[in-house]
Amino acid sequence: MKNRIMNYKDAATEALLMAMEKDEKVFFIGEGVDNINGIIGHVKPAYKKFGPSRVIDTPLSENGLTGFAIGAALSGMRPVLIHQRDDFMLLAMDQMMNQAAKFRYASGGRHRVPLTILAFIARRSGEGSQHSHSLQSIFAHFPGIKVGMPASPKDVKGMILAAIFDDDPVIILEHRHTPMFEMKEIVPEEYFETPFESKTAIVGSDITVVTVSITFLNALEACEELVRKDIFPEVIDLRWLRPLDINPIIESVKKTGRLLVVDTGWKMCSISSEIVALVAEKAYRFLKCAPRRITLPEAPCPASSFLEQIYHPCTKDIVETAKEMMIEK
Amino acid sequence: MLNKSPRDKNLLKKLYFEMLRIRRVEEKLTEWYNEKIANAPVHLSIGQEAVAVGVMAALEPQDKIVSAHRCHAHYLAKGGDLKRMFAEILGKATGCCRGKGGSMHLFDDEAGHVISAPIVGASISFAVGLALSFKMKGEDKIAVTFFGDGAVEEGIFWESLNFASVHRLPVLFVCENNLYATHTPILTRQPSEKIVPRVQPHLFKASDAYRINDANNVRAVTNVVAKAVKKVRKGRPCFIEACTYRWREHWGVGEDWDMGYRSREEGEYWIGRCPLKQLRRVLDEKNISQSEIDLMEAAIKREIGGAVEFALKSPVPSEKELLSEVGG
Repeated sequence: MKNRIMNYKDAATEALLMAMEKDEKVFFIGEGVDNINGIIGHVKPAYKKFGPSRVIDTPLSENGLTGFAIGAALSGMRPVLIHQRDDFMLLAMDQMMNQAAKFRYASGGRHRVPLTILAFIARRSGEGSQHSHSLQSIFAHFPGIKVGMPASPKDVKGMILAAIFDDDPVIILEHRHTPMFEMKEIVPEEYFETPFESKTAIVGSDITVVTVSITFLNALEACEELVRKDIFPEVIDLRWLRPLDINPIIESVKKTGRLLVVDTGWKMCSISSEIVALVAEKAYRFLKCAPRRITLPEAPCPASSFLEQIYHPCTKDIVETAKEMMIEK
Repeated sequence: MLNKSPRDKNLLKKLYFEMLRIRRVEEKLTEWYNEKIANAPVHLSIGQEAVAVGVMAALEPQDKIVSAHRCHAHYLAKGGDLKRMFAEILGKATGCCRGKGGSMHLFDDEAGHVISAPIVGASISFAVGLALSFKMKGEDKIAVTFFGDGAVEEGIFWESLNFASVHRLPVLFVCENNLYATHTPILTRQPSEKIVPRVQPHLFKASDAYRINDANNVRAVTNVVAKAVKKVRKGRPCFIEACTYRWREHWGVGEDWDMGYRSREEGEYWIGRCPLKQLRRVLDEKNISQSEIDLMEAAIKREIGGAVEFALKSPVPSEKELLSEVGG
């Protein structure tokens, strides 16, 4: 067993190839999966090795493709459906949520749909209102389908493998923004699956910072600054929105008395609402101040770089909010 | 074809038996609803039996089917277990979905009825996915999807047709054109009553789409489908437009001629072409006696009686079923 320093993008690529090598029932299907870029490189090694019979380029039919993948899954395959941007998944809501998510339940457990849906969040100026959103909260609404957002190279490998070899449908949303894609860390070379649990990345005593996807990187940066001010945050990377591993967050809040949730989506009816609600329900009397949330403003993403650069949650937001919360009684 | 087959007589009897079984099962369901034994929505196939039975007669046992909300006839014709169907409709733990799917989710894996799902058009895509898996695994099977004329208006129908054609998948698309989507007539929804001409350009050859003008004639259905299935097995998806008519309400067990959305005259035209009566005339010509028909009736009555008893006596799901098998 060897550990190597790898970036997020290469770790994801390795997981996809490894899944194909491990099980011949695994196949990739999606719009442009075999194209010249190989989905930002992700699918290229798998395509080179296994070719078009197991890496299937498709017509532009998001809802249909999801249904085809479900049909194949019902027939014993392990399809991985790939969307280049998660925004396009809204076209497939019926198949994902009415169909895939419900079949196990509505068949009394007799149907299983081992489907993985892998999509990318493409944050970049100019991508605008329909190419850069982060729609995890809608997907996590539905019982019966798991939703994961890996925020480190090791997790992206382990979460993709956990998704592909899970017997129920799983959505994995990777974040394509450069700091995430280029992030490096030690990644085990062998096969492993990341458990369906959150990850307490930094242990602290003053404030619980729960992060979703790329906001984990902002929280790590914010920590460096907060520690210099003698504020010691506990940083929990959520990793999975469903199943939601809330207990470590509850336990952390019992210790710190403060909750800050940072999300890449909007506030309304979101994962950040859910975490705050659960903490209010389960740890209300431990709270020293009102929970706070840093999310997108309640507007679609603007294309203009001048506006886009002030649109997303950033490190400074976390630092300032945490400092304000420490002053509050 | 069919008429010249030496086993023709036996096949005709089997076709009659299967249609009669579906009719009597749905008449039993009608009793259940009238007696308030059952109360969840059901979508009856009465009047449309020849499509299900005719298609199934042209398939091999290993072939797979998927259906939609009006799935009773497909389930039964493919060999679905009647006990589990009745139990499912009553919401019992012994139902095919342990009571958690209901009448619109009937399936029987052993019989080859893979799944039914009632969001119109949705299940068409599953047949394409099944066919894709058969192709990938090198299995000699075809996938058949049953849907109504309303499903043709859904994007996923065209997505499915396109993908199946591009990838040469063994899929048979069977559209039961019964002229109404719930209460809306086809000409309010589509430019023509004929669906085949609009489908043809999406197939390998225009001749891969077939229109059966009287799909209440089960022999016509079987003959046409047998031709199509030969092509499908070679990886040429085919489309069948089977023209038929729903006699009862969209859902429920009553008649709805007084609602005003369709005329009794129109209904009588199709009721005059009753699948059972049409085939019965042929059986008479072949000198199949009344006593043979009586034996069929008796066998069906016995099966239904046993299934009713099974369903009524079956346990209800335990409360823990409410939260079991959710996944994710």
